[in-house]
Amino acid sequence: MAIIRARGLGKSFRVADKQPGLGGTLRHFFARRLKDIPAVRDVSFTIESGEVVGFLGANGAGKTTTLKMLTGLIEPSAGEVEVAGFRPFRRQAAFLRTITLVMGQKQQLIWDLPPLDSLRVNAAVYGIGDADARRRIDELAEMLELGEELRRPVRKLSLGQRMKAELLAALLHRPSVLFLDEPTLGLDVNAQVRVREFLADYNRRTGATVLLTSHYMGDITALCQRVLLIHQGQLFYDGSLQELTQQLAPYREVCCDLGAVYPPEAFRGFGELESVAGHRVRLLVSRDQLTGTISRLLSTFPVLDLEVNDPPVEEIIGRLFREGAVA
Amino acid sequence: MGRYLRTLREFWSSSLAIELEYPANALIELLSVLGNLAGSVVVLALFYGRGHGLGGWSWDEALVVLGIYTLLDGFTSTLLQPNLGAIVNHVRTGSLDFVLLKPIDSQFWLSARSFSPWGLPGVLAGLALIVLAARRAGATPSLITLLGTTLLLLCSALILYSLWFVLAATSIWFVKVWNATEVLRSTLVAGRFPVSAYPPALRTLFTLVLPVAFLTTVPAEAILGRATIPWVLASLGMAMVSLGLSRGLWRHALRYYTSASS
Repeated sequence: MAIIRARGLGKSFRVADKQPGLGGTLRHFFARRLKDIPAVRDVSFTIESGEVVGFLGANGAGKTTTLKMLTGLIEPSAGEVEVAGFRPFRRQAAFLRTITLVMGQKQQLIWDLPPLDSLRVNAAVYGIGDADARRRIDELAEMLELGEELRRPVRKLSLGQRMKAELLAALLHRPSVLFLDEPTLGLDVNAQVRVREFLADYNRRTGATVLLTSHYMGDITALCQRVLLIHQGQLFYDGSLQELTQQLAPYREVCCDLGAVYPPEAFRGFGELESVAGHRVRLLVSRDQLTGTISRLLSTFPVLDLEVNDPPVEEIIGRLFREGAVA
Repeated sequence: MGRYLRTLREFWSSSLAIELEYPANALIELLSVLGNLAGSVVVLALFYGRGHGLGGWSWDEALVVLGIYTLLDGFTSTLLQPNLGAIVNHVRTGSLDFVLLKPIDSQFWLSARSFSPWGLPGVLAGLALIVLAARRAGATPSLITLLGTTLLLLCSALILYSLWFVLAATSIWFVKVWNATEVLRSTLVAGRFPVSAYPPALRTLFTLVLPVAFLTTVPAEAILGRATIPWVLASLGMAMVSLGLSRGLWRHALRYYTSASS
């Protein structure tokens, strides 16, 4: 059953067009010039209930704007959007009880008080009874491995603890559609992994639908079977992550440890040289020449160890945007 | 309704907890209330001590007006300043997003989220001054008069709240409107004195444009037993209209909210 449906979704913003410098500032103050900038254009997709979908794109590609239209914070300028059977921008109470939004860069917890105080406020706002709220908090706290941190002022928590507490606050009302905007932003690798595991666990246990944006490809590869790739406000790809890498990267990464050090020129004819660092060499080899190249490598060099990987996704996407392959 | 009451309780108990994290504030606020009150009394005393009156009001009657002003000022520090003053920041930083995504009226949230106990001394001082001055002015209010005065005071609070909320709501478009709210607050200082003490042009301005007259003079007339039905009705009407305006404007403004970018 489709739970999120966007058809021809678009949003343009009216922004001030100010020249730099004092002169520009004065002109801008007296005669404000405005222009319309399209942030999102003609985006269509459907997401099934229970899916975990990654939302990819460079900064300013339109990810956050799309999320804001899906959550009902801003009104689309064009097209239609439906989430759990509701029009988001009407922000009906029943809709708001169904969804949640977590933003890595904004927080809803009260800074000076322990998370538990914020949770009490949320419980009251959502009309969750005391006993029920306590049960839910215990359950989520256990999944998130939060304990006495809930009784410490938020300002004294580490970034990772704070994000976990934010997640708890955002999930107290048991939403079935989760919108996560950079939920692991700024976290160290351990905390990132923990948040990921929690989200996967939550999705498994509750069958909630998750749409998440992240700069860390690790989040996407660990959680999402499907990705939406948005570029300059338009939907560029919608499908499995694996297919995306195959489609965009018809090559694999070959990594060898050699018995001696060779100059870069020595690897000419063995695909594209990524890096040489001492005994370690990385090469990008197209898929159809993979076996041939490997056997030549083995016969030409004293190979101690050899690994074949898919190149990292951020590498592929970065390359894609750099080369303007999306134009 | 029960949900809103429970939410209000949680709102206020959590903001009380925040305020108690910073106890030094309490002392400063208390001193500022007392200082303000003393200053106003001195100004009034200067007028009356030299035989001048203020627009036909006796010293004690003028003190009733000052008492109502002090009460409203306390209300402002307790509820309006901490809540409506924060709206601009919510818009600027985008934390308004979290408010809009809660299944509760966003105007309610923004208007009632915080509660600062430090305005309460002002409220108490204002009430005490009203009672004392009204007694000395020889007022013997009946129950009806007292109820009517309470109603008019509620109207004053509503009018003040709505004006302020309207200004704060415009931050959706203009983002920074701190100046505007400061101008409002300083204009309301005019409400320390009976509106008839001002020249006719200002009197019109304070009645029709900035309803200072409705805030302090009209309730003072009421407790002194001089209220006339047209003024009471006008006050009620003004309160309803400004409240309606604030709600309407807020709904309209939200259509323009673009939410601070990530």
